[in-house]
Amino acid sequence: MLELLWLVPALPLAGFLALALIGGRLRRGGAALNGVGSISAATLLAFFVAGTFITSPPRGRVFRQTLWTWIDVDGFTPAMGLHLDALSLTMMLVVTFVGFLIHLYAWEFMEEEEGFSRFFAYTNLFVAAMLTLVLADNLLLLYLGWEGVGLCSYLLIGFWYKDAANGAAARKAFIVTRVGDTAMAIGLFLLFTQLGTLDIRELMQRATQQWPVGSTAAVAAAWLLLGGAVGKSAQLPLQTWLPDAMAGPTPVSALIHAATMVTAGVYLIARTHVLFELAPGVQLAVAVIGTATLLIAGCSALTQWDIKRVLAYSTISQIGYMFLALGVGAWSAAIFHFMTHAFFKALLFLGAGAVILALHHEHNMFKMGGLWKQLPVTFWTFLIGSAALAALPLITSGFYSKELILLRAWNAPNGGAWLWAGGLLGALITSIYTFRMVFITFFGEAKQQAAKRPGARIHVPLVVLALLTIAGGFFGLPEFLHPALPPQPHGNESAARELALESVAAIISVLGIFIAYVLFLRNRGIADKLTATGAGSALQRYWFSGWGFDWLYDRLLVRPYVGAARANKSDIVEQIYRIITDAARACYAALSATQTGQLRWYAKAIAAGAAVVVAIMVFL
Amino acid sequence: MTGASLPMEYGLALAGILFALGLVGVLVRRNIVFILLSIEIMLNAAGLAFVVAGSHWGQPDGQVMFMLILTMAAAEVAVGLALVLQLAQRFNTLDMDAASKMRG
Repeated sequence: MLELLWLVPALPLAGFLALALIGGRLRRGGAALNGVGSISAATLLAFFVAGTFITSPPRGRVFRQTLWTWIDVDGFTPAMGLHLDALSLTMMLVVTFVGFLIHLYAWEFMEEEEGFSRFFAYTNLFVAAMLTLVLADNLLLLYLGWEGVGLCSYLLIGFWYKDAANGAAARKAFIVTRVGDTAMAIGLFLLFTQLGTLDIRELMQRATQQWPVGSTAAVAAAWLLLGGAVGKSAQLPLQTWLPDAMAGPTPVSALIHAATMVTAGVYLIARTHVLFELAPGVQLAVAVIGTATLLIAGCSALTQWDIKRVLAYSTISQIGYMFLALGVGAWSAAIFHFMTHAFFKALLFLGAGAVILALHHEHNMFKMGGLWKQLPVTFWTFLIGSAALAALPLITSGFYSKELILLRAWNAPNGGAWLWAGGLLGALITSIYTFRMVFITFFGEAKQQAAKRPGARIHVPLVVLALLTIAGGFFGLPEFLHPALPPQPHGNESAARELALESVAAIISVLGIFIAYVLFLRNRGIADKLTATGAGSALQRYWFSGWGFDWLYDRLLVRPYVGAARANKSDIVEQIYRIITDAARACYAALSATQTGQLRWYAKAIAAGAAVVVAIMVFL
Repeated sequence: MTGASLPMEYGLALAGILFALGLVGVLVRRNIVFILLSIEIMLNAAGLAFVVAGSHWGQPDGQVMFMLILTMAAAEVAVGLALVLQLAQRFNTLDMDAASKMRG
């Protein structure tokens, strides 16, 4: 069964090719069958592969499949090879299964839209690229998938391309992530020139053998890879693209900008964790970036009125938790949180999409309200997702993964109380903004009637994801991951201490929900009074604009660049080439003047030429 | 054959003068018939030079070349007269400068 692994990414790719070639001629049903069918086949196959992998594990708990040698140049021989271990298996299952549910959802969500088959072509290509990314056995193939998902992200953010703002958002996402990707490409060059291979397993072995801890090469490589991860996963300082990426259709936000692609950076760091262990300074930077991002994005989420932007900032913030986990060496905790986050954030986006669709594409939460009676299934599943995001104790998976991260942050040798406190404060903010969203959207007085009730293809993914959101905490994923990702060395914490830490986190989460209840449901006046004061409204505007990063980058980078482009409109370098063309044109004009068309003129020229030749022969 | 014949320089000078006359005719006449005539004169000047040189060296090659030039001149006249006819038909004139459509 394991030999069929290559089909898992190949099926969505085939689906993409079919849709791209004949999609225009298919009817909607055919296009959807093609697009959803290829993913469901891939999902089924992924489950069979996973079943085989778990019941009869291959030697070393790693299965490698080399399809063919991609390039063979002077010792540089990256293969088209797949690498299946516990880590990539987890990623593969989440990508295919959540991808499948979102495709099913999109079938109904996008039904009225133009470019139906184009949409499924893009999403199929995305799933294929994402699977390539997580299954690649060398960094070059991983990079191919990495750029592939970036391309699909660009195409899908700008899916409604007739609105110029969507195109601008797509370009912003593409360019900002490209900054990180460039750093990553340089990192790959560095790794290859220093270690002579890009095969990940080989690379990690050679790195531990050749580089001492803290060596310059290891630090530089880790920094560069971190650059790529920061861009893709929308962390400080490259986080500005993700809120604007909400311009795309909601299933895209759920699939790409919440569940899968944005966590590629987390996967990259987990996959190359050996490098980060060799560079403790960079690893600490990962933790600091994560903590700072989760706080900054959490505060911004508090002030948004667009339901999708709340979720976007919350995604940035939750990926911040994953980075915090990576930074303190809790690799499996990060992947655990990735999985639970994929479930509950996809659920939240799909729920928000159902609300948006029912209210004629209304994004403003303050124009919603009282929807829990009108959209009961959406409400209950959304509530479960929100509870998981707010890490409601004991019953939700979000609690288990987030507590694990906080505990590890406390225990970590390079972590300690301050990282833990940052994460805890973030948890408080998370539960406040989450339930602010729930209370404003679903409670209070109804401001609009839901135009239509979502059908089965929307409800099934919601319910399945809600079940996974609850059950996801009990899979025992961290233990399953340990063959691939070494467990964090344990500190000398007593069980009682751990219990105390967990209780504090649980209380904080409930406290946040209570604060949200007071501020946004029982007594709206307090929140309004807070924002009416001078400092309050200034802070609100500052947070609303995402801490002014867009403003800063606009002044610092965009405007100088545009100014320079404008100054150089006539292109100074071009002038040199213009001299050449002008000379050529002058010669042309002179020579064409000699072509008079008169026979006698030509005869004269021949005679003169003959005279010159004879003169040369006689006198020289 | 050699004996008391004219010195070679005389023959060559005559050929040169004939060639120059022909060339001047080609350059200054506008009537295509005269241009063809002038070309014939130039060809014959070249032929004369061959003959003179051949007789100077006592070789038959010069006369062989003259036969070749005669044949070539005949062929050239055939083409040239066809051109004259075309020019007369199309432009209704024999002025060579009228056919100058192909100027650059």
